[in-house]
Amino acid sequence: MTEDTEIFRHTISVLVDNEFGVLARVVGLFSGRGYNIESLTVARVDETENLSRITIVTTGTAMVIEQIKAQLGRLVPVHKIADLTIDGPSVEREMALVKVVSKGEKRVEALRMADIFRARAVDTTEDSFVFEVTGVPDKVKAFIGLMEPLGKAEVCRTGVVAVHRGTDVI
Amino acid sequence: MANQEMTGAEIVIKALKDQGVEVIFGYPGGAVLPLYDEIFKQNSIRHILVRQEGGAVHAAEGYARSTGKPGVVLVTSGPGATNAVTGLADALMDSIPVICLTGQVATHMIGNDAFQEADTVGITRPVTKHNYLVKDANDLARTVHEAFYVATNGRPGPIVIDLPKDVQLASGKYLPPSMVKHKSYKPQVKGDLKAIKAAVKLISNAKRPIFYTGGGVINSGPKASKLLTQLVRLTGHPITNTLMGLGAYPASDKQFLGMLGMHGTYEANNAMHDCDVMVCIGARFDDRITGRLDAFSPKSKKIHIDIDPSSINKNIQVDIPIVGDVAHVLEDMIKVWKSEVHKPEAGATKKWWAQIQEWRAKDCLKFEQKGKAIKPQYALQRLNELTKGMDRYFTTEVGQHQMWAAQYLQFEEPNRWMTSGGLGTMGYGLPAAMGVQIAHPDALVVDVAGEASTMMNIQELSTILQYRLPVKVFILNNEYMGMVRQWQELLHGGRYSESYMESLPDFVKLAEAFGSTGLRCTDPDKVDDCIKEMIAIKGPVVVDMIVDKAENVFPMVPSGAAHNEMLLGGEADGAGPKVTSDGLSLV
Ligand SMILES: Cc1ncc(C[n+]2csc(CCOP(=O)(O)OP(=O)(O)O)c2C)c(N)n1
Ligand SMILES: [Mg+2]
Repeated sequence: MTEDTEIFRHTISVLVDNEFGVLARVVGLFSGRGYNIESLTVARVDETENLSRITIVTTGTAMVIEQIKAQLGRLVPVHKIADLTIDGPSVEREMALVKVVSKGEKRVEALRMADIFRARAVDTTEDSFVFEVTGVPDKVKAFIGLMEPLGKAEVCRTGVVAVHRGTDVI
Repeated sequence: MANQEMTGAEIVIKALKDQGVEVIFGYPGGAVLPLYDEIFKQNSIRHILVRQEGGAVHAAEGYARSTGKPGVVLVTSGPGATNAVTGLADALMDSIPVICLTGQVATHMIGNDAFQEADTVGITRPVTKHNYLVKDANDLARTVHEAFYVATNGRPGPIVIDLPKDVQLASGKYLPPSMVKHKSYKPQVKGDLKAIKAAVKLISNAKRPIFYTGGGVINSGPKASKLLTQLVRLTGHPITNTLMGLGAYPASDKQFLGMLGMHGTYEANNAMHDCDVMVCIGARFDDRITGRLDAFSPKSKKIHIDIDPSSINKNIQVDIPIVGDVAHVLEDMIKVWKSEVHKPEAGATKKWWAQIQEWRAKDCLKFEQKGKAIKPQYALQRLNELTKGMDRYFTTEVGQHQMWAAQYLQFEEPNRWMTSGGLGTMGYGLPAAMGVQIAHPDALVVDVAGEASTMMNIQELSTILQYRLPVKVFILNNEYMGMVRQWQELLHGGRYSESYMESLPDFVKLAEAFGSTGLRCTDPDKVDDCIKEMIAIKGPVVVDMIVDKAENVFPMVPSGAAHNEMLLGGEADGAGPKVTSDGLSLV
């Protein structure tokens, strides 16, 4: 693959005014310009300034990733943009709730696996568990994969949240 | 005063006044009646009643581009707002500051499919720089002031403020502009000095340089055009302008190579292709300019000055990006140029200029006025000659006539040329001319038009009558959607599917029906008389100039070709660059 066709995955954090329609602007920008969204999370993080933080995982060529950041910068309610993938080391986490419906051996096996992955059972009945698993997206994915043959019935993932390591802030 | 309660509608009108607004282009309806009531009660802001909301936005664009001030629009909810959408998209593409106030149903009705409700902020989000829905009368003043700030700072653009009717009637507090500061939007105006120095060095060492400048120079203000002219003359290098950038550099100057791009001159496109240093200022490497991307100016180092960081490295990778306002950056560049110790060697660009003269000698815009039919190029050349030195402004519609206007009219100053570049909106020129004429009541304002485009906003002749606007509509009537016909000739085997204009009105009678004067010209020998008569008439005129139906616009870079592969017209059958199958899918 050449330099201009290789596809990269980037995690981008955006600090925005927590106001009406701001998420629609960001999502509309991605759909309107044909950019990918692998995951997106948003919640208010600053009560006094009334700011929300959006974390977007996206993929594209180096030129497209540059464009995505520049285009985000054009949105009027955007305060800051950070590319956690190039800024240096960062911590990424995702959480999933995984419902497993099974009995007997499979149930025991599911619980054993959950233990290895440090997933917690947050709800349980005689026939089911709901596991809460947290980690990097690959770990979450691996856990969900392992639950597949053990009675996986439903999955809900939060999408990635991320911050810089060390003293850096966005 | 600041703490006194006012109605929402009063606040909006006061805020507009405090922003220096003199004219609003609008059309009333149920959801904006309180605002119209306020307009009725005052005299400092003039309201121009258009005949369709689309016309209001184009008029505001014409006003804005010819004055440098933002244009203001007021329309009702639902259909009023949706009619404005094309104009907003046009203003976004061409970076024109427009404030569009839209009425909205009362806040408690929003989302109920109320009468004349539309999700205006939803619909206009992708066609505006920013938009607002104001739900509290206390937010009105801040929002209006913010809207003006956002519309006119950074890369300019249109803003929608959606105003529910109950908010217009509610009471709230007013805030003057001085008390409103934007929280997040702070575009960079000063360029990075290190990059500027590197750029100047590159320019002064160039052997085959070219300045390629666009609408951003005009948007930066008249000072930017002056500085550009100064810098280009200091360097002695050639310059070409985009369609949007015409007028930023005097067209009559010997360093000017004319417009570049799909219908640009032979010398401009060749110089762009063969240059070793390209200085792009306030332009955006649009597909009309670059042609096939992988063949675009392969040997050059590129400098790009733009206030919008997203314009940089979007289509073309550049070597020295400079984010900042054109006027600020040019000022610094001139300072650096003047203080530089190593000046360019004398005669360094001599070979380059000799090459350019060779390209120029092709005389790519030459045409022959022979036979009984009027050549559209001739009509425009005469229009240019006969209006030279006058206080003149040109707008255009979209099509062949627009390209010929760009090629044959000469612009010595900025803000005198308004055309729909990015969106290519037929129907732009007539309402835009209205807006220009409102701003410059004594000037000669000509809409260079095609007959098909003219029909798209013909209702505005009624507005022109009402306000006694002496706008001249100069129709190059080829009885075809000429540009469509040209593409069908070149790309679709001459099958002229639906591009013939059947059942055209008699434009002379039509003009008379709207209280304008109608003039028709069919004879090449009468073109001058017709133009002189048009100029002499004090009121509005519609000229029906019957031109050669078969004429095509050249030079032309066919879709998918490299930007130095041009059809010049008159090639033998099958000669010249071909349209590739990839090119066929391009617009
Ligand atoms: C609103 C709109 N619809 C369709 C087009 C596509 N289009 C581009 S040029 C053109 C023909 C314009 O015809 P006319 O105004 O007569 O100008 P001419 O090319 O003949 O000079 C058309 C249909 C457009 N640009 N805008
Ligand atoms: Mg026509």
